[in-house]
Amino acid sequence: MTEQQAGLADDILENGVAMTVPPGFSIDRRERHTDEYFLNMGPQHPSTHGVLRLMLRMDGENVLEVVPHLGYIHRGLEKIGENQTYLQNIHLTDRLDYLSSHMNNLALCLAIEKAMGIGVPERAEYIRVMVCELQRIQSHLLWWGVLGMDLGAITSFLYGFKEREMITDIFEEMCGARLTMNFFRPGGSFADVPDTFIPRVRAVIEKMKTAIDEYDTLLTNNVIMHLRTKGIGVLPAKTALAHGCSGPVLRGSGVALDVRRSDPYSIYHRFSFDIPVGTVGDCFDRYKVRMEEMRQSLRILEAAAASFPGGPYRSKKYASYNLPAGSYYSQVETARGLLGVYIEADGGPKPHRIKYRSPSFANLSALNDLAVGHKLADLVPIIATLDVLIPDIDR
Amino acid sequence: MIDTSRFPATNAIGDFIRATLPGPAAELTNIVLAVLAILTVVGLTPVALIWMERKVAAHFQARLGPMRVGYHGLLQPLADGIKLIFKEVMKPEGADTFVFFLAPILSATASFMVLTVIPFDHHLQVTDLAGGVLYVIAVAGLGIMGVLLAGWSSNNKYSLLGAMRSGAQMISYEISLALLMLLIVLLSGTASLREIVFSQAGTVLDWWIFKFPLFGLVAFVLFLISSTAELNRAPFDMAEAESELTGGFTTEYSGISFAMFFLAEFVNMFMAASLTTTFFLGGFLAPQFGLAPLDRVLDAIPGFLWFFLKSYSVIFIYMWFRWTFPRPRVDQLMNLEWKVLVPANFFLLLVAGLFVAMGLV
Repeated sequence: MTEQQAGLADDILENGVAMTVPPGFSIDRRERHTDEYFLNMGPQHPSTHGVLRLMLRMDGENVLEVVPHLGYIHRGLEKIGENQTYLQNIHLTDRLDYLSSHMNNLALCLAIEKAMGIGVPERAEYIRVMVCELQRIQSHLLWWGVLGMDLGAITSFLYGFKEREMITDIFEEMCGARLTMNFFRPGGSFADVPDTFIPRVRAVIEKMKTAIDEYDTLLTNNVIMHLRTKGIGVLPAKTALAHGCSGPVLRGSGVALDVRRSDPYSIYHRFSFDIPVGTVGDCFDRYKVRMEEMRQSLRILEAAAASFPGGPYRSKKYASYNLPAGSYYSQVETARGLLGVYIEADGGPKPHRIKYRSPSFANLSALNDLAVGHKLADLVPIIATLDVLIPDIDR
Repeated sequence: MIDTSRFPATNAIGDFIRATLPGPAAELTNIVLAVLAILTVVGLTPVALIWMERKVAAHFQARLGPMRVGYHGLLQPLADGIKLIFKEVMKPEGADTFVFFLAPILSATASFMVLTVIPFDHHLQVTDLAGGVLYVIAVAGLGIMGVLLAGWSSNNKYSLLGAMRSGAQMISYEISLALLMLLIVLLSGTASLREIVFSQAGTVLDWWIFKFPLFGLVAFVLFLISSTAELNRAPFDMAEAESELTGGFTTEYSGISFAMFFLAEFVNMFMAASLTTTFFLGGFLAPQFGLAPLDRVLDAIPGFLWFFLKSYSVIFIYMWFRWTFPRPRVDQLMNLEWKVLVPANFFLLLVAGLFVAMGLV
């Protein structure tokens, strides 16, 4: 079936020749120039971080319009969720933003706890905060390495992974998984952390303190890096809010919105940390915000490790988690921004409807505003600093 | 002035052939042997450089690199080569078949041709043209043809973008390179590569990098930058820019035709490094420090070993660049050339003119 038959494409006549305009472009037919062309970037492209497909309207190297095409790894997680119990849904949230799987687990657990009034022991709260902050660092390390690679500095990729491996090892020892964790449960976590947890976290803190300075030397203070990111992809705060951006993308534009501070969950209100914000809203600001977030996460980790309590790691377990009929919402700050979980419960063991508000989807919607007027090469740092994750968008 | 009788232009093998065979036959045999020797260099250079690049990259990135094939992965290039040769050669639909397969050959040939005038040692040079520098500039430019044709004939927008970028980039940076070569010609008073090497005889301080005080060092750095851009090597690899253009002009190439581009890239790198050595680092001359016993020892080492040592040190710098820096944007690269490098080169030429006029060098 051609695109035309599918009702997707739109043919226009130009100098008597039929030209196919891909769907989604706001193109003015009368003013169309002949030297414009369409470029298909993705779904297999090295810097679209997975299977994001972008259709670009180009004039030479200049980007005139960007239309993202989504759905290449749509798995229908929300629909599948309707046929799974609440506990089974936790492992599905791993597959949203796989670099923030602990935080995704937490978002669902918070909603279940809120609905059923389940309390969480002190030790479990500490485990939650520490594990989430470790994962924020882990996720930002991967982002940092990949950003460097996208800009052509492949060495940074391996430097980022070197420290990331330490954190992944902690997770592997803790829950057996390195990527899709499925660790948190309503009322705590499925297992206690091993005795080596705190010493290993301390080792990560020590290592990261020098490592971040090393990253600054390698990439942050590089003049070519400044050339490529300063003034590129400027996102004004108003536009960012209009698109529903959140996380480092929004904070890079100067809006100090962080769910950990504005709507504290778990025990985040006990820890002091700064919310880094940018001033201009360009790629470099988003970069600086994430680098600073790693330092702030280390602060939280250090304070939590110093007062890590004993006691039970989980409150009472239930045979079946039957949420009372009603609707429940919870939100957390993942490494990419605000993740919201909305559950419509009918009193049974399975949700009637479950909806995830994923940060990457909203952040990606700002792409066209950021990219227009820049060069093709600028798309790469723009996508990289939006830090979109395709499974989080497609769900 | 140097005593050139210490450095005869002919070598023992050539003399032997000339003595045993009649005139024309001896000349023909010598030419065939010289071409075979250059082909050997062309064949072995990528093998050494592939291994070196992978090892250098690995150690910059805190890992070991190839360790399995041979001692410390020494046979890895062989494995890579065999893989590339036995891969299927594919041609995209709508590609211009003749040009598509001609392009990689053009690229490889151009880099091969430059090596014929490089003095590897005083008696290891295929031919010493009086206008050797002119020949280098002319022939090195041919490499662009291969890249442009590859991008054009691939029938792929990414290839075309890559080729256009590299065309613009290589033509621009050719100007800086030509100006820098002109600088050396002006200083040494000759355009023959062999004579340029002899103009640097003496101690280490007589190499053009130091002999032309301070400005020589600047010229050397400018030459490194320009040749990196001319080579299309990271951080100036806009033509490939795998994160932007997937593979640039090589996107549609596979198997042996990709291997040809690969080979051309490495031979080009060796060529640029040998030009740097010839122009700035005293070519095949042994470094002399003015300390008689040490100098005698250094002088006893054959010139071609010094030549390769110096060239590979320059290649190491190219690799250092590649595995450290991010890639600038294509228009920023053009700005660098036209707004910084070209004016700086003209200024250097002016200064060199003054130095020569006043007899300071």
